[in-house]
Amino acid sequence: MNFVLDTRLVFGRQMRLALRNPVWTVISLLQPVMFLVFFGPLFASVFNRGLTGGAGNAYGYFVPGLLIQLGLFGSASVGFSIIADFRYGIVDRLRVTMVSRLAILAGRILRDVVVLLVQSVMLILVGLAFGLRAPVTGILIGLGFIALIAVSLSALSYGIGLLTKSEAVLASGLNLLIMPIVLLSGIMLPLTIGPGWLQGIGSVSPFRYIIDAMREAYVGNYGGAVMVEGISVAVAMALICLCAATMIFLRENSR
Amino acid sequence: MTIIEARGLGRTFKTRRGVVEAVAGVDLAVEQGEIVGFLGPNGAGKTTTFRLLTTLLRPTTGTATVVGADLIRDPVGVRMGIGYVPQAIGVVGGGSDPNSTVREELVLQGRLYRKPAAEAARRADLLVRQLDLVGLERRLTKTLSGGQRRRLDIALGLVHSPRVIFLDEPSTGLDPQSRSNLWDHIRRLRKELGTTVFLSTHYLDEADALCDRVLVIDHGKVVAEGRPEELKQRLSGDIITLSLNGDPGIVQETFAGRADIREITLNGCMMRLTVQHGERVLPELLRILDGAGVTLNSVQLISPTLDDVFLTLTGRGLRDGTMVMPDPLLSAAAS
Repeated sequence: MNFVLDTRLVFGRQMRLALRNPVWTVISLLQPVMFLVFFGPLFASVFNRGLTGGAGNAYGYFVPGLLIQLGLFGSASVGFSIIADFRYGIVDRLRVTMVSRLAILAGRILRDVVVLLVQSVMLILVGLAFGLRAPVTGILIGLGFIALIAVSLSALSYGIGLLTKSEAVLASGLNLLIMPIVLLSGIMLPLTIGPGWLQGIGSVSPFRYIIDAMREAYVGNYGGAVMVEGISVAVAMALICLCAATMIFLRENSR
Repeated sequence: MTIIEARGLGRTFKTRRGVVEAVAGVDLAVEQGEIVGFLGPNGAGKTTTFRLLTTLLRPTTGTATVVGADLIRDPVGVRMGIGYVPQAIGVVGGGSDPNSTVREELVLQGRLYRKPAAEAARRADLLVRQLDLVGLERRLTKTLSGGQRRRLDIALGLVHSPRVIFLDEPSTGLDPQSRSNLWDHIRRLRKELGTTVFLSTHYLDEADALCDRVLVIDHGKVVAEGRPEELKQRLSGDIITLSLNGDPGIVQETFAGRADIREITLNGCMMRLTVQHGERVLPELLRILDGAGVTLNSVQLISPTLDDVFLTLTGRGLRDGTMVMPDPLLSAAAS
């Protein structure tokens, strides 16, 4: 299968570039780790005083939110790299070879998934040190969600990057998109403690369903309707984003 | 044998300000083993035409056959037979990744042409030698000089031994020494590997020094083509400037009937003649003047540059479409 071989080649190259400059992988971890270390204890004490009537597993609630935040900021910004590669003539140089044009996208997305998973594991380890307790299966399911989020957001980001070829458009697009998602998905605090209209708006965000399912997984509930909902939403989102990005990559690019 | 043939090749872009015709029906043919220059100012359509011919962009009109494969029906066949080196502006562009090493880039490119790992590695080593990159294999490309970068970019376009290589403005941003070194490499491509070279440039000296044939493009259309010498003769001719002692009127009458003098302009005692093959006409003119008892203060023979050709063709200078300063002698004569 040429597509598999090509994807492996592109993935290998992107991985090598990521490892050559691991600083970025670490820097994008800094923000969620700081949240965990400097905000986590405050959150835990509020949470444990019965904010949600929760069972006292504040970090089991908090860490999934941070993981999604990590994915949102990390994966969504990968589009900048394809704009840079386009400027350097790298995209054209790859596209003029025999390589499957789709593999240029797939290899990159695969790299982003691996990088995000590594970052997530590191964040979870820090979480464990701070008192996160969750079943291994639950944590693995959570990583599955993270992988799907990485696929969706990096596909979308590459698509927008290649379509607009403008850092300015991508940056303002991300700002416009990510802040409301962070606020409306119950990443920091449960939306259920808010007024009805806020919950109404929040129900539009796919991340809301994903985070609910992740939190279920962290307390060991794998079979509920919330889980089914979360998985369906995450898979659907990944498929839609992949299709959109594929269309952009396969279409001749202008200019 | 014709290796590139395009008929009415065109491409329009839709922008917010309306439809832009970047390439407006280009007809061209390149023979096997030629070095052909694509000459035109920025924005004339050189890069877009290259992107059309290399399957990076789908044409909106027209057809083309490249290395025997149809551009639309068999893009993979085209890609197998061509190499493409993208344009570089300074150190940005050209196709190599700043954070990869020279060897990594060459091996990857070979692999992307579906060569087995061992063959890709062997090919990379060979190209490193052919393009004078020995000793730089493990260097990150961002640490290379401009000339080395360009040679790497060209090596990347050659990994699969293509029959044709497209070089988009290969020498832009290079110092004079690196440029002439690059020219030597391009000439060797043809001489040693028999590769057909189609390069775009907005440097006239480059087209003049390197190319067997030049296509002049402006506003998305080929406006002239031919050998550089031929174009210069056909479109501009040589210019002889004579500084006369005595009555220029008599001289003008003597010269007026001659078929080989295309144009005579007079400004005081300065006479300017536009002729074909000035080097052959001049001795004869000097004899006539001598016979008529007219003496000269000075004589000047100027061969036109491709810049003059471009000016004649388009009314504009070549570089960035700026207006060329009008010739003081000509404008004085006109007033």
